[in-house]
Amino acid sequence: MASGAQRRIKSISYAKYGYIFILPFFLVYFFFQLWPLINTFIVSFHGNGKSIQDWVGLQNYKDILFGGTRKVRVIHESFFKCLKNTVILWVGNFIPQLALSLSLAVWFTEAQLKIPGKGFFKIVMYLPNIITAASVAVLFLQLCGQSDTNPGALNLLLNKMGIVHRDAVSEHYDSIKFIDGVWQSRGVVMFIQTWMWFGNTMIMLMSGIQGINPSLFEAASIDGASSGQVFRKITLPLLTPIMAYTLITSMIGGLQMFDIPYLYTNSTTPKEHLRTMAVMIFQYFHAQADNNKMGYAGAASVLLFFITLALGLIAFYMTRDKDEIAKKKQRKKIAQQAKRESKQFGGINL
Amino acid sequence: MSNNMKSIYGNAKDNYSFKIKLKSGILFFWFLILTIICLLPIYILIINATREHSEIANGISFIPGSNLKANFHKIVTDQNFKLSYNALHGYKNSLIITVCATFLTVFFSALTAYGIHVYDFKIKEVAYSVILLVMMVPMQVTSAGFVSFMSDLHLTNTYWPLIIPAIAAPAVVYFMRSYMKSSFPLDIVEAARIDGCSEFRTFLSIAIPMMKPAIAVQAIFAFIASWNNFYTPNMILINVKLNKKTLPMMVAALQSSDKFNDYGAIYLAIALSIIPIIIAYVLLSRFIIAGVALGGVKE
Repeated sequence: MASGAQRRIKSISYAKYGYIFILPFFLVYFFFQLWPLINTFIVSFHGNGKSIQDWVGLQNYKDILFGGTRKVRVIHESFFKCLKNTVILWVGNFIPQLALSLSLAVWFTEAQLKIPGKGFFKIVMYLPNIITAASVAVLFLQLCGQSDTNPGALNLLLNKMGIVHRDAVSEHYDSIKFIDGVWQSRGVVMFIQTWMWFGNTMIMLMSGIQGINPSLFEAASIDGASSGQVFRKITLPLLTPIMAYTLITSMIGGLQMFDIPYLYTNSTTPKEHLRTMAVMIFQYFHAQADNNKMGYAGAASVLLFFITLALGLIAFYMTRDKDEIAKKKQRKKIAQQAKRESKQFGGINL
Repeated sequence: MSNNMKSIYGNAKDNYSFKIKLKSGILFFWFLILTIICLLPIYILIINATREHSEIANGISFIPGSNLKANFHKIVTDQNFKLSYNALHGYKNSLIITVCATFLTVFFSALTAYGIHVYDFKIKEVAYSVILLVMMVPMQVTSAGFVSFMSDLHLTNTYWPLIIPAIAAPAVVYFMRSYMKSSFPLDIVEAARIDGCSEFRTFLSIAIPMMKPAIAVQAIFAFIASWNNFYTPNMILINVKLNKKTLPMMVAALQSSDKFNDYGAIYLAIALSIIPIIIAYVLLSRFIIAGVALGGVKE
């Protein structure tokens, strides 16, 4: 056993290696992530375009949140439009994604079911997640081509199924506008997002379900619980922490959505109804020289940062373990009662 | 009486196993449908890469065409394609960035996790909480400040801002630390010290080999994330020549397809960007699936 003195010597001689080993991480973190974050705050207090060096205080935030003159109102409106787009696209992909992956995770882990090729299905369902998002966007752009004379594969498929018609004389298709249409294109983007992420969510939820004590499922099946009851009363409550994690990461990922909405367009600029926050910020700071809106980009980033933070907190609050909280309250109550009782005896601890 | 009971129980059992079989069968078909949905876009991509422009416009087909060579020829020689797409340069540039970034991520994350796990020092817990805290800050939030800082340093249009930041990967550090907690006993470090091994050497020749499974999983994910990254290169490499662009940037340039006017060639160009990663996935899928299950890897 090491004596006190020995232990002290050990801590003196080795602690410095701890600092040396973690130094590169924190150095790089400071210069390439923390300073950029602070710099984003600083940039957000400065002007746009030519007056990028001028300190304007909270003017950028005021412009974005409340609008003002006609020139500024454009920024104000586009910010809220982009926020709305982001929320629509995220909700539209998260709900089907969660429903699909949760049901698949339950079925994959149910012991009684004998389904051949489970491993193969898992591998195939995760496949879309590893493909370059930029390639996926361009691929779907090709597949969903909407031209009348030579439409993409999807319209041709629908034509075969008799949904899209072809004019007999002019040989033109009345293609569905999967790129120009507001809700059609949003639907495609939602589909792509679900397509890419459901496998990932499914595997995470599966590992969560496998982490649940199997004797609980056994006991339930002995008591004659139906699979629906098992799901509602055992799987779902015990899966809450992992679901909270999935929800939060997906939400943060949703706010970052960039590649697909940015590239899913047949012109040089992204479609107005697909512009997400990330696309907007990118466009603002990416504009050349005097045209840039660096200040607005910074301010929008800072707002995005706070939205992320708030959403994370809400999700944590909503999905935290209710039993745990009740227990904590009870413990507090008991402690208080004990305190009160000890006070009754003149503060003497009996 | 007993006969009666037997028949009732026998019926119930038959009924039960029939139910399970029915459910399994239905689910099997549902999984098959999902498999088709997952693979169909990729399948059509590969089929169309081998077909002619006019064939593709006239209808879909599930049988490969015979135009692969001509499509490839077109990508290599056509003036429009030459201006915006060069698979060879794309592979090379993406590979340089990705390999460097992956190595840095894995090595320095292991180093940081090792430092926090093995040594006792004052700010240890604080440092670890900071790492956990910053895991959630999305890249998009810092990008405006990042770009303006990089252009102040005159580092835009170079690969450095794409490679160096890979050293600080909080999520990977978190994963490595939890792995070390479960399977890296401190006694080994102690033993190495007694044998006169220097601290850094202990890390290199004892800790790294012991952490191979965790390193392999994280290397795969870091590689995929960096290879697929479009946002950062697009933001940093503002005006570089074609032969400096990464593969996703080149594919993104194919998006305005009117310019090229050859669907077969476009499909082939997209396919060339996807196929290497699919082959890698097929070979490594076992590790990848296990890795996802191990700990929330979500980029």
